[in-house]
Amino acid sequence: MSQPALLEEAHPASSNTSKTMKSKNAPRANAESMATKQRDISVSEFFAKNRHLLGFDNPRKALLTTVKEAVDNSLDACEEAGILPDITVIIEDLQPDRPASAKSARYRVSVVDNGPGIVRKQVENIFGRLLYGSKFHRLKMSRGQQGIGISAAGMYGLITTGKPMVIHTKPSAKQPAHHIELAMNTKTNRAEVTEDRETRDFPPERFARLTVGTRDLSERGEILSADVYPTGTSVSIELDGRYQKGRGSVDEFLELTAIANPHARFTFVPPSKVSEDEKDDTPLLKQRVSKFKVAGEDERADEGSSPAAPAPRPAEPQVTTETGGVMIFPRAVEDLPPETKEIQPHPKGIELGILLQMLKEAEIEKGGYTLYNFLQDRFSRVSSATASNLCEKIGKTSRTRVADMDHDAAERLFRELQDSKLPPPPTDCLAPIGVQQLLKGMFKGVRAEFYAASSREPAVYRGRPFLIEAAIAFGGELPGDEPCRVIRFANRVPLLFQQSACSSFKAVIETNWRNYDLQQPRGAVPVGAIVIMIHMASVWVPFTSESKEAIADYDEIRKEMKLALMECGRKLGTYLNKRLKMRRESERRDVFERYIGEIAKACNAINGADAKKLYEAMLAQAKKRTAIADLKLDEEGKKLKDEDPADQDGVIIVEQAMAPKLGARTNDDAPPVGKQSKAERAMTEVAARSKQAEEDSQPRLLENENPSTRTKAPKKSNPATKTPKKTGTPATPKSAQNDVRTADLGPASASESRIKPKMRLVNGKLVPADQPGLF
Amino acid sequence: MAKAKPVVSAKTKERDKRTLGKIVNLADDVSKKTLGGKEPIFHIPTRAKSNTIWNKKRGILEMGDGKADRPLFDLKTAKQFMQTMLHGSTIKDLIDSGKTSSLRGVFYKAKHTVAGTKENTFDTQDESDPILEDLEVTLGALREELHIFAENRGTLVGNITIVDKGDEIDARKMGSGGWGIPSIVEPDVIQFKKCEAKFVLHVEKGTVWNRFNEDRFWEENNCILTHGAGQPPRGCRRLLQRLNQELKLPIICVLDCDPWGHYIYSVIKQGSISLAFESSRLAIPDAKFLGIRAKDYDECDLGDAVKIDLTENDIKRAKEIAAYPWFEQHKGWQKEIQKLLSNGFKMEVEAMINKGISYVTEEYVPERLKAKDWLD
Repeated sequence: MSQPALLEEAHPASSNTSKTMKSKNAPRANAESMATKQRDISVSEFFAKNRHLLGFDNPRKALLTTVKEAVDNSLDACEEAGILPDITVIIEDLQPDRPASAKSARYRVSVVDNGPGIVRKQVENIFGRLLYGSKFHRLKMSRGQQGIGISAAGMYGLITTGKPMVIHTKPSAKQPAHHIELAMNTKTNRAEVTEDRETRDFPPERFARLTVGTRDLSERGEILSADVYPTGTSVSIELDGRYQKGRGSVDEFLELTAIANPHARFTFVPPSKVSEDEKDDTPLLKQRVSKFKVAGEDERADEGSSPAAPAPRPAEPQVTTETGGVMIFPRAVEDLPPETKEIQPHPKGIELGILLQMLKEAEIEKGGYTLYNFLQDRFSRVSSATASNLCEKIGKTSRTRVADMDHDAAERLFRELQDSKLPPPPTDCLAPIGVQQLLKGMFKGVRAEFYAASSREPAVYRGRPFLIEAAIAFGGELPGDEPCRVIRFANRVPLLFQQSACSSFKAVIETNWRNYDLQQPRGAVPVGAIVIMIHMASVWVPFTSESKEAIADYDEIRKEMKLALMECGRKLGTYLNKRLKMRRESERRDVFERYIGEIAKACNAINGADAKKLYEAMLAQAKKRTAIADLKLDEEGKKLKDEDPADQDGVIIVEQAMAPKLGARTNDDAPPVGKQSKAERAMTEVAARSKQAEEDSQPRLLENENPSTRTKAPKKSNPATKTPKKTGTPATPKSAQNDVRTADLGPASASESRIKPKMRLVNGKLVPADQPGLF
Repeated sequence: MAKAKPVVSAKTKERDKRTLGKIVNLADDVSKKTLGGKEPIFHIPTRAKSNTIWNKKRGILEMGDGKADRPLFDLKTAKQFMQTMLHGSTIKDLIDSGKTSSLRGVFYKAKHTVAGTKENTFDTQDESDPILEDLEVTLGALREELHIFAENRGTLVGNITIVDKGDEIDARKMGSGGWGIPSIVEPDVIQFKKCEAKFVLHVEKGTVWNRFNEDRFWEENNCILTHGAGQPPRGCRRLLQRLNQELKLPIICVLDCDPWGHYIYSVIKQGSISLAFESSRLAIPDAKFLGIRAKDYDECDLGDAVKIDLTENDIKRAKEIAAYPWFEQHKGWQKEIQKLLSNGFKMEVEAMINKGISYVTEEYVPERLKAKDWLD
């Protein structure tokens, strides 16, 4: 409560000075008359006028910011209460009949969470006042910081539509929920409650019946089910906004939030009036299609392409799905991030004014407080020895009271604090996402073939601990010729705007990606099929503005970011190197295998040698030789040392994404037939051809070569090739857990196990993917 | 005279057996190495400048002992290995069936897609021909021994009677077209019967040859008139050599005054690098270069119309030719090439028509012959 005062005080002070200046120059008014106009500026008034500071610059951004603030609050609340977050975001189009040219329209944004709820008497404060919150006064890692967000969103809604916020909150599973409608009075920075009653309607039933998709999911209990939402809060804000997909959209925000919060489940009901019409035409048909698919095919192939995919089963690898326009970002991990501790400020991170303020507050709170105790209690890393040492140095004793500290003494103390040797701040206040979680999050949201992540040790800027994590996804379905995408997070919140002002973006540019076999124009981000993610976790993330869009560029932070990126880059480089070698090897083998059959036949035609034996002998040699050639490559090329096994933790490789590329070179029109080698395909083809070919003296050596492969191959291709046609890649799930994959592959799995084992890079070595224990 | 159906002579049978034996040996080596767990490999004598020796004493180019390995398990040579093997089997087929095939025919016989791919065993004939030459040198067998022939190229007319596969050809009665020189002119196919001619006049191409033939040059000057359609093929060169060696006829060349003309002369005289292994069968060390000479522009008082400017490439080529060991020591040739370069232009034989339609046949060549004004 004392903190807002800082801000409010600043304004009267500045207007005072301007008054004196003006009156000197032109005495149009005297001090008395002006004094009548001088009054407090409410913080709400200030931000109502300067709403761009809070991220409400334009209708599109306003919509996003509203969602973002609500979701951030929900996640913070859930985590603090130890609840696995399940958050539903609903955007309703309230003017579906507006002309297409309208720049903005009225929407209702509702965010429902399964958090701990809010006790009745706090509702007005939390939603109805700016700069009211639990997070500002403490040094603890959380998404929200200032206590501006959700009330600002409500204020924006009120300003643009005149409608109050509607809040349902249920702090206890056994008690009914509260239904509260409130509007903020910007003059007083206080809420005015317009409706306040108890209700049993939580989670609000209306949402579940909103669209075909939600009805569908609701039947299956997959949206806003009362079991999942025993307690919680729902906030609805009507506002003037603009819903649009693409960069900086609500969709992107949720997608990225889901990546950084793999422990949370998100459901998003977008305001798609168009798709609504479509669905109403043939709802039954769609449902039937859906059921058919469940029965027959691999459903994960349908992401984003068809509205019919059922929600994921718990054991499956978690990827985003869509149902009737409703996006579901499933939970990828079942563990909450570790609870973070609140810490006291580190002496090196404070400024003189703050020290003075702290001394003053300490005196008020606790009369007779000694300096000795104050130093130990109110700062981190100040031991009793250090405290008495400090007291001595500034000419005070350990008995000196806080009240006796004058300005000079405080300044001496401040300087001593800065000069003293203190251990860095504690780091148990930080909760990194973690390498495995990062990987799972990226895996869920990005379709690539290679994922790497790294998590740095905590570091310190301005006395505040922070920690940088990075992850990259490479290849797969990512576009290969565009500048890479950088996704940025601060305390698990995606940052969508002002990319180039952000420290993380600069770190990406300053990292030399060419070292890792990527293209990178000078002074730009790398170009290629790569997504780069950077996360900063800190008790206080230094944003460049109130709207929290970019991380300020501290050297310490940027350095850590670069180190994290380099770690990921190294892993990628190793992988690319390995992949290149594998390709080279298989190309060599291909070349030889291609010609061997011809040579054996020709040799047989000349001297009558047994063509089959010759073929086999040559094939054996070819295999041996390509293996030898590879060893040579290793010796010539990069040494083994850069394949340090420890380096290869935190990597996922999706073998399937790579397979079609390998095959595509010579068999460009053939469907990707799983992992059949080219020689095997050649055999199949030769065998097929020899049936039609006239009978001649040529022995059919290739046909005899491996009858089992030949007869099985066509069968195998049926289930495996049907689905890929829709997605372009084999529909095998991008699973990290192989046992899971074989289980849900259904008809294809049996045949798949006969084919070459899928290889995967683990600890710097290629091992068959069947080996468990990647995670 | 009843035409005797050309029977396969005992000599030919013997020759075919020998060739077959060589091919089977080659294949045996491959299968033996393969089954023995070793890498099959061909050793192909190198047909390159580096492996060409200038035999000053004999005045011809000869092939050295250099050999290139062609292992199967090497990305660079794997396909060539397969192609060599395929051609080996094609040739065996030809010999077995007692037939011959053109270079192009062999290319088509061995061309197919490699099983299981879209790749052709051979994409173009340019890929196939060198493989056949490889086989020639590897097996130490001549092209005709492999039952392969090239397209007929080159024409002959003149005071000579030739027997071609038993048919008697009177080269004096060949009309305007002349007798096409076959690709294989070995003694078992072509025999010389009656020859009054005192020398052979070899011209560069058909158009020039037509001029000489129309003017009955060979009758007037009692000679044989040939052309090789530019760079003369092996058949033409072999025939010239046989005329030179067996009938002791001098070979006199009338070629363009440009580096290409000089090169053709060089090939007729000394042999070529790529066929160095056949030089002893093809080269004619005492062949003579009558013209066109660089000095002719002044001596014959030719008009500016005959000039064609030398290109960069011509100049480069002329310098290369001047550096050939057999020209390097030859003052006349050094002078000739110097003159060509200082002229800065080249001249074609046809350009002589500028002076008069039959100037070249009725004045130029007879005068030079009389004066023995040639380079050799």
